[in-house]
Amino acid sequence: MLEIKGLTASIGDKPILNGVDLTVPPGEVHAIMGPNGAGKSTLGYVLSGREDYTVTGGTVTFNGINLLDLEPEQRAATGVFLAFQAPVELPGVNNANFLRTALNAIRRAHGESELDAVQFLKLARAETKRLHMPDDMLKRNVNVGFSGGEKKRNEVLQMAILRPKLAILDETDSGLDIDALKIVADGVNALRGPEFSALVITHHQRLLDYLVPHRVHVLANGRILRSGGPELAKELEKSGYAGMIAEAA
Amino acid sequence: MAAATETLDTVQSVTQSGYKWGFETTIEMDFAPKGLNEDIIRLISARKEEPEWMLEWRLKAYAAWLKMEEPQWARVEHPPIDYQDLHYYAAPKKKAGPKSLEEVDPELLKMYEKLGIPLKERAILAGVDPDTVENTQIAVDAVFDSVSVATTFQSTLRKSGVIFCPISEAIREHPDLVKQYIGSVVPVADNFFAALNSAVFTDGSFVFIPKGVRCPMELSTYFRINARNTGQFERTLIIAEAGSQVSYLEGCTAPQRDENQLHAAVVELVAMDDARIKYSTVQNWYPGDSNGKGGIYNFVTKRGACRGDRSKISWTQVETGSAITWKYPSCVLLGEDSVGEFYSVAVTNNHQQADTGTKMIHFGKGSRSTIISKGISAGHSNNTYRGLVRMLPSATNARNFTQCDSLLIGDQCGAHTVPYIESRNPTAKVEHEATTSKIADDQLFYCRQRGLSEEDAVGLIVNGFCKDVLKELPMEFAVEAQKLLAVSLEGSVG
Repeated sequence: MLEIKGLTASIGDKPILNGVDLTVPPGEVHAIMGPNGAGKSTLGYVLSGREDYTVTGGTVTFNGINLLDLEPEQRAATGVFLAFQAPVELPGVNNANFLRTALNAIRRAHGESELDAVQFLKLARAETKRLHMPDDMLKRNVNVGFSGGEKKRNEVLQMAILRPKLAILDETDSGLDIDALKIVADGVNALRGPEFSALVITHHQRLLDYLVPHRVHVLANGRILRSGGPELAKELEKSGYAGMIAEAA
Repeated sequence: MAAATETLDTVQSVTQSGYKWGFETTIEMDFAPKGLNEDIIRLISARKEEPEWMLEWRLKAYAAWLKMEEPQWARVEHPPIDYQDLHYYAAPKKKAGPKSLEEVDPELLKMYEKLGIPLKERAILAGVDPDTVENTQIAVDAVFDSVSVATTFQSTLRKSGVIFCPISEAIREHPDLVKQYIGSVVPVADNFFAALNSAVFTDGSFVFIPKGVRCPMELSTYFRINARNTGQFERTLIIAEAGSQVSYLEGCTAPQRDENQLHAAVVELVAMDDARIKYSTVQNWYPGDSNGKGGIYNFVTKRGACRGDRSKISWTQVETGSAITWKYPSCVLLGEDSVGEFYSVAVTNNHQQADTGTKMIHFGKGSRSTIISKGISAGHSNNTYRGLVRMLPSATNARNFTQCDSLLIGDQCGAHTVPYIESRNPTAKVEHEATTSKIADDQLFYCRQRGLSEEDAVGLIVNGFCKDVLKELPMEFAVEAQKLLAVSLEGSVG
């Protein structure tokens, strides 16, 4: 269960989040929609602990743990995963090695045994196969020379291997063709279960056709303006945000 | 909660680890009195039971050194070194020279065990068949302060005609070879530190690979500075005759001390027609504490001569230690189509200073050289790449490619690149590429979001940055080098 209460955050002197209240029960997928500059990406970064943002008020707990007290890697260990809008390149760092190091760090934090290279490759290959990705994805350097679509798919592969309890997808669908979009949706749908929650940040209703959310929230001016079922996304597709924001003001 | 406990453990291990090779072994030492003069040189020569010509050679070097001044052009700063305040000879006290490992002081063997040196001859003595394990074996010549203590695998090497022994032994047993080659690549008066070394060197390794022989195992030397106020001056000479091949690894450690210790080595390599020498160094001398107190001054002259056609000399170095590193492993490419390579990772943290690079001197037609240098600076350190590529008029169609990359961690450190390029042949091609980058915050955050600690993230990014060099190291040492990089940069971020 993710519980966000009265969360305010700023970058420098500029307030971005102005009191976000949001609850995602275990087993549910929630979509966050909203106009550009609404604070959607900021919410993702604040939840995962990026230091550029200052939390000025409110609380965030995940399964009873106060996330705001934890370092980014500790949040990852509790099961928080952020699929980046712009995945970062790590020159010279092999994707498989990177993922194995990450997975083993999380396993260590849980008191589980580490996987050796052979065990890891077996697991990773099974995931690439399931997601219809070429095996060479694992051999290449992390995101270096990847196309925009490949970078997004690599995020989904990482998520599949790290098996988070809370996945935050920051516009993972942007710039993707319909096939890649299905891969992203499949990646999330495969993780669905009683202990898995997801926050899917998106601009487009289209992703939600494949990844049907339990709830849709509209974020504007740094707070949740409206919440509803999947039909809310369809309504937004037709009428846009402007009317809704004017109505709320 | 598991995550918090994990972090606590990590923090504890980071703050406690420091320099893990910082222990001192209590062994009775035999010192020469402090100071440097002709009598000390005579004493060293006598202790080594050297022939007269060697003593004369030393005295000639000493006379040259007296007229020389310490070079000031490197980007390093240190208080003046009092050359009269050092011991120039320190040896563990012993009865006669050890003929086998059983005769070696058990305290010494224990220390090597702590260092993790594969003195595997013990296993072989215990009944393991050397022929079945040979390919994975490494022969070690261990230099403890000034004296070579034990050379493993001598007998196996002898079978293939390879000579691998302390240079003091080579001077006695193979004087003609030593006389022919010593000082032929690095002349006695080449530079201040080389002249000093030539006058007072106390030990080091000698390697001779006969014609057409591929050395059956990796050769390795471990240097360790143990005694107080001693300089360590080793001299290494490697000769690869026509068509032969050898891979040599040098590793270094020193105990943790407040005062600075001087280290001035000379390494000479000679490669004849079609011969190949691969010389790898992993250097983790004590770098001084986080305030810049103590540590080794490492002033080293390393040079290889590709005398034969199609000969190849390859230097690979991972430099993480020493308070000051002054070191330019070089290749003189005399033979036609000869090849020189220099692969380097130099890490500086805290107050370390490194001024390192290479010289590629092209004489031969069609000679080629490659320079890949990766400098990593953290803390308050300064890291300089200084390189010379010289194409002489005879170097028709010679080529050089240089890639110099610097990585900065934090905003208090410095990276400097000083390439000198001289071309006196219009057909020669010289390429130089250089980059400077910082570990970006978004890279660190990306790694940490995936569960890596900040230290692990830096280790991973740095290892990725150095990959082109690390892959040149012999397998056995690549892993060790990777760990060393991570340890050297502990506490450099955040």
